[in-house]
Amino acid sequence: MKPPGIPSPPPNDESTGLPGLRSWRAVYLFVFGVFILWVGLLTVLTKMYS
Amino acid sequence: MNALDYLVLFGVLVGIAAYGMWHTRGHHNLRSYLKGSRETRWFTIGLSVMATQASAITFISTPGQGYESGLGFVQNYFGAPLALIIIAVVFLPLYRRLNVYTAYEFLGKRFDSKTRLLGAGLFLVQRGLGAGITIYAPAIVLSTVMGWRLDLTIVSTGLLVVFYTVTGGSDAVNLTQKYQIGVIFVGMVTAFFVLLARLPAGLTFSDALTVAGGFHKLEAVDFSLNPDRRYTIWTGVLGGMFLALSYFGTDQSQVQRYLTGASLRESRLGLMFNAVFKIPMQFFILLLGVLVFIFYQFERPPVFFNQTAWQYQAGRGAGGKLHVLEKDFATAHAEKEKQIQTWLVARHTGDQSGAATAQAAALAAQARAEIARTETKAVLRAADPKTPVNDSDYVFITFILDHLPHGVIGLLVAAFFAAAFSSKAGELNALGSTTTVDFYRHVIKRDATDAHYVTASKWFTALWGLVAVGFALYAQLAENLIQAVNILGSIFYGVVLGLFLVAFFMKKIGGTAAFWGALAAQGLVFALYFTLSISYLWYNFIGCAVCVLFSLIIQTFLPRIARVDADKEPDQNL
Repeated sequence: MKPPGIPSPPPNDESTGLPGLRSWRAVYLFVFGVFILWVGLLTVLTKMYS
Repeated sequence: MNALDYLVLFGVLVGIAAYGMWHTRGHHNLRSYLKGSRETRWFTIGLSVMATQASAITFISTPGQGYESGLGFVQNYFGAPLALIIIAVVFLPLYRRLNVYTAYEFLGKRFDSKTRLLGAGLFLVQRGLGAGITIYAPAIVLSTVMGWRLDLTIVSTGLLVVFYTVTGGSDAVNLTQKYQIGVIFVGMVTAFFVLLARLPAGLTFSDALTVAGGFHKLEAVDFSLNPDRRYTIWTGVLGGMFLALSYFGTDQSQVQRYLTGASLRESRLGLMFNAVFKIPMQFFILLLGVLVFIFYQFERPPVFFNQTAWQYQAGRGAGGKLHVLEKDFATAHAEKEKQIQTWLVARHTGDQSGAATAQAAALAAQARAEIARTETKAVLRAADPKTPVNDSDYVFITFILDHLPHGVIGLLVAAFFAAAFSSKAGELNALGSTTTVDFYRHVIKRDATDAHYVTASKWFTALWGLVAVGFALYAQLAENLIQAVNILGSIFYGVVLGLFLVAFFMKKIGGTAAFWGALAAQGLVFALYFTLSISYLWYNFIGCAVCVLFSLIIQTFLPRIARVDADKEPDQNL
């Protein structure tokens, strides 16, 4: 049931304008990948020097 | 600081503020004053969001955290990228579609007037107090080490930022933040390279990491499930995500930054910029602290970094004890330095057993040095119970003043003030907007002209600036400053986020249930905070979860209240 007074989000029709990341899904996956990479690198740093 | 440092300091700060005022001069309507010209590109939004969050406390206090506790604090930011993705997907499109001035206007459109006022009220209380800390925190540290008068430092820096925020509105805040964060980056990178250059000759980067690791300073990720541990990957990802979701998604000081975007795309990319760079930026600042720690393994640091407090008591009755402890500390430090040299030589020659023995001896000497520090703090506290014994906020500024060349000192002090100005401007801009839009225009004077609301907004911004300056003048903070800000935020943010999550995802819950659910949840969070000793980050999760649960229960057991939500505001944008 759609509540009164709250609209649906607008259609996701805006281009990202980024080369290689043409959809927003790709942008979010890229950002998530960078996050995983940082956590992984920091975990390796912790293991190497603890 | 010499004349060159002061020239750099005042040139940078006044120059940026004056340029911001000049560039955004002219008449504003309410939309352009509060939301900017809505032509802002993603890069400016990204820097503006970053500058609003990264206050002077971030750059003064975080290296001190790195020095004392290592890299573990970086986990606090693990939830930020995930939260920013959720905001870009869910929150942002709705805010733009509804064309709201403040995040709390959305609560009014979704629920009702009282829930909107509750959300805005929680924001004003929390952010109003936070703004005082934002201005007090750098002032107390900088005035202490520089010998400036604290009250004059607070008033002069406070009034300058109030002046250009009131004059130029959102556009001036965005513009000045862009240049201020530039100064901060240049300052921090300069400090990094100067630090590397000041490490002892022959000490490789690998050696430096080995020494830091040997003293447990590189333990960035902790998988422990112990709830008493303040920073673990779990508190960071879960608690940190709720904190970031609430801060970036519902705190008007941030929402106002990305609502200035020229389009949905620009606002989203500005948020994604932060999602990518938030963790590395915090890691880098903590790494500066770790490098300062390494530097001080080969150069004796003061036994207590707040040297002004130490020298004051050393010249009085406690002087005898303090000098004895300083001597103990110097002896332990000399022994530690000798053992570290032995450890590195053994490491280079492949003598693993010799390296292990020397490392153990260095750690033992470090423990003796820490005992001397702890006893020094006890003596200082006994001499004057008001003496703040947490000196980690003084570590980085002490290093800068004692060991960096002139000119660079001025640049780094300018970077601290630029950070203070940029976050303070964002906060004042948001406090003024929320007071004008959610209280004054909504409750007190509904049908005035646009020019009237712009004037009101300027007065409210100035008023909040004066409240923050007044709070800063009378603030007494003993804990590490950045933690004080985060603790304050965590007590309120969870419940505010809960309100927004109910609004977004629980479409059967009405305004009355959400309102009372949020009030009950805030009461419970206060009670838990004063009775439990868990990491403060958990309160973001607890506050949010309890708010959602209470709202659900109230709505379930009192189904008729859905029909009593008669004061819901009409959404004219549908």
